[in-house]
Amino acid sequence: MQNKSIAQLAADLRLRTYSSVELTKHYLERIARLDPRLNSFVTVAADSALVAAERADQMLKSGEAGPLTGIPIAHKDIFCTQGIKTSCGSRMLDNFVAPYDATVVEKLAAAGAVVLGKTNMDEFAMGSSNETSFYGPVKNPWDETKVPGGSSGGSAAAVAARLCAVATGTDTGGSIRQPAALCGITGIKPTYGRCSRWGMIAFASSLDQAGVMARSAADAAFLLDEMAGFDSRDSTSANVPVPDYVDALDDGIKGLKIGLPKEYFGDGLDSRVAAVIQDAIKEYERLGAEIVEISLPNSPLSVPVYYVVAPAECSSNLARFDGVRYGHRCENPEDLEDLYKRSRAEGFGAEVQRRIMIGAYVLSAGYYDAYYLKAQKIRHLIADDFKRAFEQVDVIMGPTSPTTAFPIGDKMDDPVSMYLNDIYTIATNLAGLPGMSIPVAPVDGMPVGLQIIGNYFDEARLLNVAHQFQHATHWHQAAPAGFE
Amino acid sequence: MALDRSDIEKIAHLARLAIAPEQTERYASDLSNILDLVAQMDAIDTSHVEPMAHPLHMAQRLRPDQPTESNQREHFQSIAPLTEDGLYLVPKVIE
Repeated sequence: MQNKSIAQLAADLRLRTYSSVELTKHYLERIARLDPRLNSFVTVAADSALVAAERADQMLKSGEAGPLTGIPIAHKDIFCTQGIKTSCGSRMLDNFVAPYDATVVEKLAAAGAVVLGKTNMDEFAMGSSNETSFYGPVKNPWDETKVPGGSSGGSAAAVAARLCAVATGTDTGGSIRQPAALCGITGIKPTYGRCSRWGMIAFASSLDQAGVMARSAADAAFLLDEMAGFDSRDSTSANVPVPDYVDALDDGIKGLKIGLPKEYFGDGLDSRVAAVIQDAIKEYERLGAEIVEISLPNSPLSVPVYYVVAPAECSSNLARFDGVRYGHRCENPEDLEDLYKRSRAEGFGAEVQRRIMIGAYVLSAGYYDAYYLKAQKIRHLIADDFKRAFEQVDVIMGPTSPTTAFPIGDKMDDPVSMYLNDIYTIATNLAGLPGMSIPVAPVDGMPVGLQIIGNYFDEARLLNVAHQFQHATHWHQAAPAGFE
Repeated sequence: MALDRSDIEKIAHLARLAIAPEQTERYASDLSNILDLVAQMDAIDTSHVEPMAHPLHMAQRLRPDQPTESNQREHFQSIAPLTEDGLYLVPKVIE
């Protein structure tokens, strides 16, 4: 059952080949048996999952079911869920049970999806290896000595290990695409504003976007169909019509213009990764696509710009954690300042504290113009590079990550080397564009992701382009040994 | 850009973080390395560039000034560390 697509599961559920309760129990049993090796879940919500599955079975019986009714999913632990702990991977929120559901959670529940639990993640989504989590690192199911990527590392590992049919993730600088690449699954970060941020714990509000981690583009399309859309409760939600993503999957891609940015194939890219990415691009040529060399001259600056913009916004957003209204509170505070300072120092881990401090520094009096304003100006140049590129091409392709998954512990002592993992993914967030990662041929048994970047609100084309590759190849079907 | 111990103490105060004295050195070196990375921005002339205010150049949406939420004080305070009579309790601020 765990290897079936969402379309197959939905068809089986309709035919009563098995019930949603049986399917949910099957996944819960896999989680109980296999997840102790991976640590991909922070919370398993078995009781509420079985209640939801029973309700889904009723909907299936009465004919009110949609394509997601009764499908077992997992939410990244950044989405607020009423009644299930929402930790955001932090000690700060280890005791936090949200008083409401995020819009994305609400929409998927309304579609009848069954929530198996909440997945592990880098603390407050700050990290590229899932090692900054208060709940310990997640292991990569392809090699348990290696990281799954981050920050949505729990969702990526859980989907790759077939511990849920599909999962939600969030992406601020690559946090869906990079772990999707490192775990050999399909991830999509939609356009900024495409999915509601309401109830999604904020890291950097001008960059954060919810998306999907799935085993195929087709599965991702089913989830995004339900997640996307305008939400009046999110002031930056885009009021743009949502097409049917599933309908667009089978469109042909003959004549598709693919741009290859030369900056994405230079120094720093592992040559074996480069080779399998080039093979994937040749496959697209066989499918009728046309390759165009392009340049994104300002993209090498995306990492420096990001490490001003994201920390600045995080230091503002995380000011809300004060030990007063919810979350961790220190013992016996001497006065109000001591209450704030110790609650925050005890509640946040080292990486979160580093980023809050960078943010406080770049926003402090006398430094704003040199850092934040300068970064926002270069951000404009980065977005303009893409604008020019999309006058020539339909999609842009390149590697998602410069290497395959690295060993746990390898980069934790050197924040800057960790940040460079996101060198190919960050520019997309700065520009607000949608991006995907799909698995191509592995290198030494470890997955590699091909990144596909689209124009604003062109998610349907991204999913279509990814689906056509997956129709012609089998890389996305590979399962890690022991998790088949 | 090299930050020293006193810079870190100042920044930690601005960020309301109680940094242990034995951690200041480490944070000074980490934050200095991050600012060195950020310094690559200096190579670009941005004197004629507008700062980007929004990825999609959208304007802030407004809504009528009418309450849309109901009062859920008890529900929200049920997860608070310390409350009394509907108030959040903190150490005494005014003697």
